[in-house]
Amino acid sequence: MIDAVGLCKQFDGFVAVDGVTFSVAPGEVLALLGHNGAGKTTTVRMLAGVIRPTAGQARVAGFDVAEHPQAVRRHVGLLTEHPGLYLRMTGREYLRFFGRLMGMTSNECDRRAGDLLERLGMLEAWDRRTGTYSKGMRQKMALVRAMLHDPMVLLLDEPTSALDPTAARLVRDAIARLRDHRRAVVLCTHNLVEAETLADRVAIIRRGRIVALGTPAELKARWLGHPVMELRLAHPLNGTARFIAEWGTVEAQGENWIRYSTPDPQETNPLLVRLLALQGVEIVTIREVPRSLEEVYLQVTVGGVENVERTDPVP
Amino acid sequence: MSSVPIPFHKVIKSRRLSPIRPMLAVVHREVVDSLRDWRIVVPIIVLTLFFPLLMSFVANAALRWVAKYGNPIIGERLLPFMLMVVGFFPISFSLVIALETFVGERERRSLEPLLMAPLTDTRLYLGKVLGALLPPMLAAYLGIGTYLLGLYVVKAWTPPIELLALVFLLTTMEGCVMVAGAVVISSQTTSVRAANLLASFIIIPAALLVQVEAMIMFYANYDVLWWIVLFLAVVTVILVRMGVHTFNREELLGRDTDALDLPSLGRAFLAHFDWRPWWFGRDVHRMPAGLRWLGKIGGLYRYEIPAILRRVCPALVAVSVGLLASVYIGYMYAARYPLPATALQLDSISMETFSTATAVGWFPGLTVQWVLSNNIRSLLLAALLAVFSFGALAEALLMAPLAIVFFFAAQAGRLGTNPILFLGAFVLPHGVLELPAAIIATALAIRLGAIFLSIPRELGMTIGESWLWALADFIKAFLAFVVPLLTVAAILEVHVTPLVVVWAFGGS
Repeated sequence: MIDAVGLCKQFDGFVAVDGVTFSVAPGEVLALLGHNGAGKTTTVRMLAGVIRPTAGQARVAGFDVAEHPQAVRRHVGLLTEHPGLYLRMTGREYLRFFGRLMGMTSNECDRRAGDLLERLGMLEAWDRRTGTYSKGMRQKMALVRAMLHDPMVLLLDEPTSALDPTAARLVRDAIARLRDHRRAVVLCTHNLVEAETLADRVAIIRRGRIVALGTPAELKARWLGHPVMELRLAHPLNGTARFIAEWGTVEAQGENWIRYSTPDPQETNPLLVRLLALQGVEIVTIREVPRSLEEVYLQVTVGGVENVERTDPVP
Repeated sequence: MSSVPIPFHKVIKSRRLSPIRPMLAVVHREVVDSLRDWRIVVPIIVLTLFFPLLMSFVANAALRWVAKYGNPIIGERLLPFMLMVVGFFPISFSLVIALETFVGERERRSLEPLLMAPLTDTRLYLGKVLGALLPPMLAAYLGIGTYLLGLYVVKAWTPPIELLALVFLLTTMEGCVMVAGAVVISSQTTSVRAANLLASFIIIPAALLVQVEAMIMFYANYDVLWWIVLFLAVVTVILVRMGVHTFNREELLGRDTDALDLPSLGRAFLAHFDWRPWWFGRDVHRMPAGLRWLGKIGGLYRYEIPAILRRVCPALVAVSVGLLASVYIGYMYAARYPLPATALQLDSISMETFSTATAVGWFPGLTVQWVLSNNIRSLLLAALLAVFSFGALAEALLMAPLAIVFFFAAQAGRLGTNPILFLGAFVLPHGVLELPAAIIATALAIRLGAIFLSIPRELGMTIGESWLWALADFIKAFLAFVVPLLTVAAILEVHVTPLVVVWAFGGS
């Protein structure tokens, strides 16, 4: 649904985006993660056909963003950080206006908007002036606007960064509810929890370049090493630590607990549990030590240029 | 048989997007939004209902007052003048709406969703222009209607149809020009404050124009006012075209400040003076350091000047059309205003005639220096005026002297002298160089002004970069091509042309 290859954008000599390559399939959510000024918004605007790439190409919903920007805009929905509502209009007028721009009739607009607003719990605010909405409601209304024409591609540019935690949660839930198997979604954010919650894959962008790309699990494995397991026993470890060291790398240990890393926990853990049980070791819990995307992000972005990961063009 | 509902996105996608409907949606939204703004509604009510009625009352009182002093003509002229004023006042606040069209949305952060709409730039732009134009225009027409109704009730006065049509069109065109200009400003600035500051460039000329119109209205010289209507229509077309051409979604979103970056502009400008060297096939870099400047000179004439001439081709066409027009104007005026037979005594021209001409105060002396500096000054002035008139005044400044020359040539022909001989003697000796120089300088000047209407977006240039490019071209071609031609032409004009004239017309 989205194929970007070597996408570049320069403004007056400043390189905002430098050879970005990625693809997003229908039904997939890709999070573009990066600092402010990393090039996320510029990438999204290029994908939306609003600004023209300096080099490289991108096809969105089958249209080249440089050759057919108007067609691209027709198939894309964009939600920006600021909802940008017309505050003197009611929600219904606002949505009808954007519906008409998309070639919809008022009836189609109302039908579609009614469905979306109901799913987002906004139906009662439809005929109120948008100026009376709370911040969260405004952003949800903007999300309905972006989804009104049922776009094949949804671009979300920091949709929660201007919101308080409660409103951000509301919008995040709304986005999750509007996921669809037909639709490709690109989510720009510097909120790591948001990216981890909503995205299937994450692309970390730094100084205009994608420096890491993969599912959260892949990124964690690649940047933080093998998964770390924590085993807790009902009694002191005694010789258990030495036994475990034969199956994985011991990372830390206490009186009755031990943490070890293993490249293939699906195979190692069941076997280990069975062998320990045979030896009469009483296991209380065994679990994976949670590792956040934040650790990956910090590892990738704080690192130097040598950390840059080459992202080959998607076939 | 059960029907399977078609997915919503397929219904929408399969529909052909109407070219006009989205534009009308923009117009509708702008108008409705304006009419919900008390800053706009209050003046509309005051200026369309209260003020015209007050003007009707004032006009009637003024009529009675001047009639007491036996001077009814002033009162009679006052009525159409006030008709024009009640129409103009409501459109004066069109600027408030028009200046906010793009930059206001930008400040309120509602612009990006709008720019995401699948409208073409032209339709979005025109939608904005029409949306800004309609409320004040309707207010103006309502004001005129209220004023006329008041006068009809109080004095049973109805305007002549021509006057009514004239005021209607003048008001419409003034509104169009102001709105078109304001929307251009709105689409090129980054804050409403900056747009308001730049609005002086609209308010001051518009105020001056209205004063001129008022004077003409008092003289009841409606022919001139019709020409003003035509002029305003042309300006509107130019401004809208310029607005559409310079409208750029990318710049609207990407530009954050209107800061003047002089070092960057300076670098961009100087980059145009770095061209490929050439010196008769030699490797310029291997030439002695002291002679490498020859490569720059050679490259200028070998590559740069021909490239500049190619770039000004459209302007050269415009100048050529202007030349033909000046020939026609010269001959037309010669036929309309024939000179008496004694006015052109060509057979009495002698070398003394040229030397005594210097006695006239405004004609200090027929010297090479004076002729050259005068020609250069005129062409530079034309370039300066071209910047503020989209190139039109440069064209006019070239056409005026040529029309005068052809006027005299035609007069000479009418009085029995061969006009070809007249032109061949008075113009050809130096004109063969001066005319091409003036034509090229004028074409370069036209480009300096007209570049605002045709920014080379395909080269990724902004308005400022395009203008600097045109300016660099002007400077290069002017110094390397125009000035040398003018210098030789001035020498010929001072030393050869008088001899040829005296020889041709048999003076002593």
